Amino acid sequence: MLQRRHIHDYIARHAMLAATLFAGGLVIAIAVALYLRAHPLLASQSLAALLRGHTWAPSRGEFGFLPFIAGTLWVTAVAAALAVPVCLLAAVYLAEYAGPRVRAVVKPLIDVLAGIPSVVYGVWGLLVVVPYIAETLGPYAQRHWAHLPLLHTDYTTGFSILAGGVVLAIMISPAIIAIADEVLRAVPREYREAAQALGATRAETITRVVARKALPGLAAAVVLGLSRALGETMAVLMVVGNWPHVPTSIFDGAYPLPALIANNYGEMMSIPLYDAALLGAAFLLLVLVLAFNLLARVVLVRATREAV
Amino acid sequence: MGARPIAIEQLNLWYGALQTLKDVRVEIPARRVTAIIGPSGCGKTTLLRCINRMIDLVPGARVTGSVRLGDFQVYGRGVDVTAVRKRVGLVMQKPIPLPMSIFDNVAFGPRLYGTGGRKQLRETVEASLRVAGLWDEVKDRLKEPAGRLSLGQQQRLCLARGLAVEPEALLFDEPTSALDPISTVKFEHEVLKLKERYTCVIVTHNLQQAMRIADHVLFVYLGELVEHGTAHQVFTSPREAATASYLGSGI
Repeated sequence: MLQRRHIHDYIARHAMLAATLFAGGLVIAIAVALYLRAHPLLASQSLAALLRGHTWAPSRGEFGFLPFIAGTLWVTAVAAALAVPVCLLAAVYLAEYAGPRVRAVVKPLIDVLAGIPSVVYGVWGLLVVVPYIAETLGPYAQRHWAHLPLLHTDYTTGFSILAGGVVLAIMISPAIIAIADEVLRAVPREYREAAQALGATRAETITRVVARKALPGLAAAVVLGLSRALGETMAVLMVVGNWPHVPTSIFDGAYPLPALIANNYGEMMSIPLYDAALLGAAFLLLVLVLAFNLLARVVLVRATREAV
Repeated sequence: MGARPIAIEQLNLWYGALQTLKDVRVEIPARRVTAIIGPSGCGKTTLLRCINRMIDLVPGARVTGSVRLGDFQVYGRGVDVTAVRKRVGLVMQKPIPLPMSIFDNVAFGPRLYGTGGRKQLRETVEASLRVAGLWDEVKDRLKEPAGRLSLGQQQRLCLARGLAVEPEALLFDEPTSALDPISTVKFEHEVLKLKERYTCVIVTHNLQQAMRIADHVLFVYLGELVEHGTAHQVFTSPREAATASYLGSGI
């Protein structure tokens, strides 16, 4: 009997280990596979030239990744700028102020938002956001924001970084709100009491103590949202214009890496190195997301060490 | 800032339909340590938390009657709760260092009220840490996170934090229950020094502790203030049978 239980324990433990190794190993396997497939491109041109190149002309053998990297970063930055403040405020409201009834209604709604397929967001962006930018916001910016950096425009079709950013911001919001809410609620009640016992108001308690205590978790929520934004493909490629150039304004079109891969993979494979270039783009995207997570981790560790 | 006596009159408290404090009336003298004793769940902590209105944070709690600090009506109309909390400090059962440095912990209260410049803030922090008996142990590590202190040090830090806002009364909610015996003795020693300047009220499960530090004792049982008097009188010749039986079982 005892023997059987020990065998059971042994098997369970090793099965779980295998599952864990499998999940961790996948990342490495994907990275290695992408790298190997992209290798022919790297063999023919230097990495620096590829990363700095402005021109994407596969038929001439020119594969400049800069417009795509810039497009990815721009769209993600706009999404972050729109989503992060709103999401954090919403999470603070839900965790600190909302009564049980409000939570019971709002939380499921936000979860539904997370479940909507990305192509639906894309269609919404196409039908609502793009025309609004083309007809209303764009002309307004032409008249009033002509001298502002990042916001100026001469003419916009509406298919723009802003449209992509708006759609992305909404897509990543549910995850950020849900995680930030959990993180804030996980701060023990005693911290709120300790601050309030010293005469802090509710707002002071939240900004000076609760948010600080929750900082690593809040940062993790944002990082998770932005990681998703970096890689989101469908909804973005539908509204972002897919124009391979380095943008200077949020009203410009852009061509993020995921859109590049999705739009072109499977076509024109007879062009030499094209296949390697697209897989190189995928590898670059993977590196970008990993680097972003790594950076966030380093910042987190530092923040945690200082705050405790 | 002088110590003020606390006058509690006809204090009742309900959680929904459940009455947990019944017609409590008592004067808590200034510059003395008053211990609130009684079995678990009898309303000791609730009574304590009525004094600085921390009870307001409990959903569904309803208070009637009055609590006065000197002539300040704690439950008066239009009274700012944060002003009450500034006048009445609270040291909780478990030390809760705020997620910041030792210095910032003590400076937390003064910064809320925006008193004085940096120099004055430093002086306040040092003075508070000195009174709490922690200065010599932390003066070279004020910038370190408060979470690195030992539990006993953390509790004295919480005391210093409460002192920094210059309260008139100090409440202690089983302040040593999480501490080891040596830290406990040290903490009690600080409380005894504090009673020269503050009205001190301490909830304790530890009757020996009440005997060591209390001048006055309130015995609370099932939400009622059964008996109160000087520590000597309550401990040596309790008037009520309930008190005698509680003391008898505890000692």
